[in-house]
Amino acid sequence: MHLRAFLLSALRSATSGGRRYHLWMGGLTVIMLAGGYAYLEQANHGLVVTGMNDHVSWGLYISNLAFLVGLAAAAVILVLPAYILKDVDFSQAVLIAEGVAVSALVMCLAFVMANSPGWPWKWWRLAPGVGLLNWPDSMLAWDVILLNGYLVLNLAIPFYILYSHYVGREPLKRKYVPFIYVSVFWAVSIHLVTAFLFSGLTARPFWNSALLGPRFLASAFTAGPAFMILLLGFIRSNSEYPISDSAISKLATVTAVAAQVNLVMLLSELIFEFFTPTHHNISARYLFFGLGEHDALVPWIRTGIALNVTATITLMIHPLRKNPRVLMWACAALFLGIWVEKGIGLVIPGFIPSPLGEIVEYAPTWVELWVTAGIWAMGMFVLTVLVRVALPIELGVLRSPHLEDSQPYRVVRPRSTRTRYPDVRPVRKR
Amino acid sequence: MSDDGNSVTPDGAEDGTVLQKPVDRRGALGMLAAGVAAGAAAASACRPLNAATPEERELRVLEWQEFTQKHYRRMTDAERAETIQRIERLAKIRHDEDVTIATTDAQPGVLFGYAFNISKCKGYRNCIEACINENNLDRASDTQYIRIFEMEDGGINLEEADATYQHEVPAEGHFYLGTQCFQCANPPCVPVCPVGATWQEPDGIVVIDYNWCVGCRACMAACPYWARRFNWAQAEVPLNEVNPNQHYLGNRARKKGVVEKCTFCIHRTRKGQLPACVAACPPGARVFGNLLDPDSEIRWVLANKHLFRLKEELATEPRYWYFSD
Repeated sequence: MHLRAFLLSALRSATSGGRRYHLWMGGLTVIMLAGGYAYLEQANHGLVVTGMNDHVSWGLYISNLAFLVGLAAAAVILVLPAYILKDVDFSQAVLIAEGVAVSALVMCLAFVMANSPGWPWKWWRLAPGVGLLNWPDSMLAWDVILLNGYLVLNLAIPFYILYSHYVGREPLKRKYVPFIYVSVFWAVSIHLVTAFLFSGLTARPFWNSALLGPRFLASAFTAGPAFMILLLGFIRSNSEYPISDSAISKLATVTAVAAQVNLVMLLSELIFEFFTPTHHNISARYLFFGLGEHDALVPWIRTGIALNVTATITLMIHPLRKNPRVLMWACAALFLGIWVEKGIGLVIPGFIPSPLGEIVEYAPTWVELWVTAGIWAMGMFVLTVLVRVALPIELGVLRSPHLEDSQPYRVVRPRSTRTRYPDVRPVRKR
Repeated sequence: MSDDGNSVTPDGAEDGTVLQKPVDRRGALGMLAAGVAAGAAAASACRPLNAATPEERELRVLEWQEFTQKHYRRMTDAERAETIQRIERLAKIRHDEDVTIATTDAQPGVLFGYAFNISKCKGYRNCIEACINENNLDRASDTQYIRIFEMEDGGINLEEADATYQHEVPAEGHFYLGTQCFQCANPPCVPVCPVGATWQEPDGIVVIDYNWCVGCRACMAACPYWARRFNWAQAEVPLNEVNPNQHYLGNRARKKGVVEKCTFCIHRTRKGQLPACVAACPPGARVFGNLLDPDSEIRWVLANKHLFRLKEELATEPRYWYFSD
């Protein structure tokens, strides 16, 4: 009874909104349709319609995968303080962070599908029992398990909490907190394993570095919170949902610290690669300086690093970080900069030159660009729907019609003391 | 959609081709799991069923069976025979080719090894041509398993070598070094496969089950010798140039979207013949044989020549050595 009402309310909530909302969702749908058409082209003709080739055998899709796994993992930055350390500031934002994780994972899985040509149903060969999952040998098999598991965790926990609120119950800690602990470790491992997917390959000296895993985490904890700040800023100015200044400023601090760690790691990579030039640094030379006339990625990576450095310095200066407008711009720059550096800037140079020293450059085709745009639009679509359903429930506006006492339910989970009486901090009992 | 999809199974059952054999639990699960998918696959063909000729119907049943087929290493002998029959029939229907596909297993007491004489190779590239013809490599994209690098005397830096030379050979002051799959004893391409579609056979040959490969290309990223190739589009081989003498794990037709590689001509060498590249080399720069046979030529080379292998520091242990006279 309640479940049906929940699904109906969710559907209604996600499909109703103002003109701007419908324009946004309509725009996303158009991009998704275009992406779907491009995907059909690719499924019918094969990956020959992409810019990939025998030399550069992974391209834009795997680049986006590497980046988006980080965005998914970054939910832990809010989940850990909100649920385990009982941070009151993040308690309103954490459901949104989990929504970001879900949409990022949907995009990740879509990029895995797009990277393998043909129809996605051939993946039955991975299914336990009937298929053959090469676990534990294959890092990709680990990644499949971890990404899907993390998706389930990030769907199930918020669903339980939202549903409880919807039917006017307080969610039971003993029912969901154990899974929170699991998801914290899970978040770190999805991203580390994705790094190991690359760093474990001795064939590719550019990736074959012990620093790659930690660097993945640092960049994820930069781009993830940066995206959350942008999203929370948007939600705050467009809805009633209470997001405190201190939540944003804490996230900004996390972003600033992680961005600095990320730059330190970048610096140590650069020193490692260039202090004593060897044959192993040839891919790095290609990326940062170009090899003769082959220098397609040089402007790309330099733009990415310029964005990263500028945004990081901006965030390090307190008055600038505390200015909401500057903060938003810095976060946008950081998000873009990490996407440039960790996506194409990481994946493509691994293939150039080939292990036998041949240089073939890569540029994505229109099909790849459209499929990629379509998948991003799908992710944003999913995120919008999730946020659109979660906010009214958390605000107490959306409640099951079957409740006896149907008056708007007191906001429980976002510790309402904070928003109603901003001066009163809840006393913690020891 | 469901009309078209559902109709495949009953049709097959009527013909007695799908449910003829006893189905074990795993097989049944496999069919179930793939059923939905195959339904959609059939629907995607978008042909009204009643208009289908018997041959088209047969093709659809065969394609469905191909889609749901087991991993090669999990097949019983009977299932292998059935699979081979199906692939041969599909080649006939699709391309009007009469091919014979072997499933010859590794012979006991055989471990293949290869040696390449850099002082004899003159860069003629007859090996590449022989390989293309023997292994039915895609003519449209000019796929080649073998690379011949023209190297300047006095160095073995592949980054400075040229594999695309177009001039009279041998060029003054140069030597030639050929690469292909080295069938490493410790192949980095094998463990990375998420579905276990590639493995090493007891005779040392690293093979791929093309019907199981999902095309993720992790193995291509993992190979330090750039030995693997991908079918970016459907491979094209002119009908009169098809080598009908094929092996399931070797030179049979590859689908679009799967990885392929050199198998030391598995369809020849398991019958005691030489790989095509060895047979085609005019100066005789290539030596191939059984490493476990003390009287073989390869063993003589290993015992009496100065040898090196590429990227030894990666501990891949290639079974492919270079030597000079």
